Amino acid sequence: MSVILDVQNLSVAYRGALSPAVNRVSFQLGQERLGIVGESGSGKSTVGRALLRLLDSADITADRMQFQDVDLLAASERQMLGIRGKRMSMILQDPKFSLNPIRKVGDQVAEAWLAHNRASHKEARARTLEMLTSVSIRDPERVYDMYPHQVSGGMGQRIMIAMMLLTDPQLVIADEPTSALDVTVRMQVLSILDRLVRDRGIGLIVISHDLNLVRNFCDRVLIMYAGRVVESLAACDLDRAQHPYTQGLLAAQPRIGGPRRPLPVLQRRPEWAEEPS
Amino acid sequence: MNPIHVRDLSITLGAVQILHGISFDVRAGECFGLVGESGSGKSTILRCLSLLMSSWQGEVLIGGENLRAMPLARRCKTVQMVFQDPYGSLHPRQSVRTTLSEPLRIHSMPDREARITRTMIDVGLPLAFLDRFPHQLSGGQRQRVAIARALILEPEILLLDEPTSALDVSVQAEILNLLSDLQARRGFTYIMVSHDLAVVDHMCDRFAVMQKGHLVETLTRGALTGIPEEQARHPYARELIDASIAYDRAM
Repeated sequence: MSVILDVQNLSVAYRGALSPAVNRVSFQLGQERLGIVGESGSGKSTVGRALLRLLDSADITADRMQFQDVDLLAASERQMLGIRGKRMSMILQDPKFSLNPIRKVGDQVAEAWLAHNRASHKEARARTLEMLTSVSIRDPERVYDMYPHQVSGGMGQRIMIAMMLLTDPQLVIADEPTSALDVTVRMQVLSILDRLVRDRGIGLIVISHDLNLVRNFCDRVLIMYAGRVVESLAACDLDRAQHPYTQGLLAAQPRIGGPRRPLPVLQRRPEWAEEPS
Repeated sequence: MNPIHVRDLSITLGAVQILHGISFDVRAGECFGLVGESGSGKSTILRCLSLLMSSWQGEVLIGGENLRAMPLARRCKTVQMVFQDPYGSLHPRQSVRTTLSEPLRIHSMPDREARITRTMIDVGLPLAFLDRFPHQLSGGQRQRVAIARALILEPEILLLDEPTSALDVSVQAEILNLLSDLQARRGFTYIMVSHDLAVVDHMCDRFAVMQKGHLVETLTRGALTGIPEEQARHPYARELIDASIAYDRAM
């Protein structure tokens, strides 16, 4: 399996903060689906943003941050402009906030193509319609001319997926891709993303607080606590997690048909944030 | 403790009818769930019951007494609400003490300090937190303050609007335990809105499924745990339950 992304000892410190938001995180990604889970504030979104170099207000250090042939640490901003949205793209949590409310959704998707390719508007439109079809939008011609407020959350998120996959990226970072969606459409959106990622051999990083999602949808899972990776394991082995934090998170989750006793509460220990991962 | 009867609750905002003839009963001391997708009107029901929205038609009885006919002060002492987002529902420039003493002052209740102390202990917050401001508290602590604010008037009925959906699972566990514990000790009646059927299964014995402003079916917990004679019959309710179970188990 070819390695798409190789990160060694990535640390991110926001200026003015006492401790780093991400502390010596290392992982490799091939053509697979990697989940990063943790509570709010554990630094999981910061990792995603650091990969795209979207953090102006933070100091990023790493021994190595290699994305295929590009050294992300050394790349100039000009190079990054050619990478962001073309070779590496990001799906955000809520389509309500990530789509421009006063532009037609189709034009916004087409813009991704026009920004990275010398192409006519007609060609961009044709590509967009094709891509909208592949995210299971039945009437792409009609949807192309709609505005974000006219589409549902599930359709909005499929439009975001279309926009992010239109340029044929090699790496997609999905930051909480379905937490704003209802459970009935969540599965639908996930299976569309899953199909496209598999068919195109894209490396996918899913950032989520939802253990069910990563368990069902990812191949491998990193569990983060206070900026560190405390455990890394195959998604199917999640029930056999060794680290007390992972075990605590799993136990705290109510389950359908579960017993009605009080839920076990996570007892946090200071050494989780200190011990080397 | 009094049961709640809701009959033909409807509300129209502008040209759109948001709720269509909602009827359900909640027994005294029960935790009743309201589930459905976003925009189905679950939170609107709570906003009608708390009269944050008042232009509704229909009838709501609490122990046989019409909700609308109750004097304001007594209604507020009977029904209190906990909101979804503890980041938005607490006043950022009021300390916890101010937040908790305001309702007591409005209702001119005696022994304010003693009540505040007791409520803080009830929700499991240290008394030293009384002088903190919301930005000095974590999400779970804020939600405890929001629950404390609702409890301090000693209501009978708590309306819970997605009380844990803005919180992490570990913090959610603490808040759900707190709510179950308070119900066991004080016999509250809860109406709880949630989109997470695992939470509903953990807390509620009965729940209603909402879709597009209609209450499509009222079910018992057996519909989730697979008791054959209690299964959902309405196609949407079944779809929602099946999707949630599939999501909970495996893909």
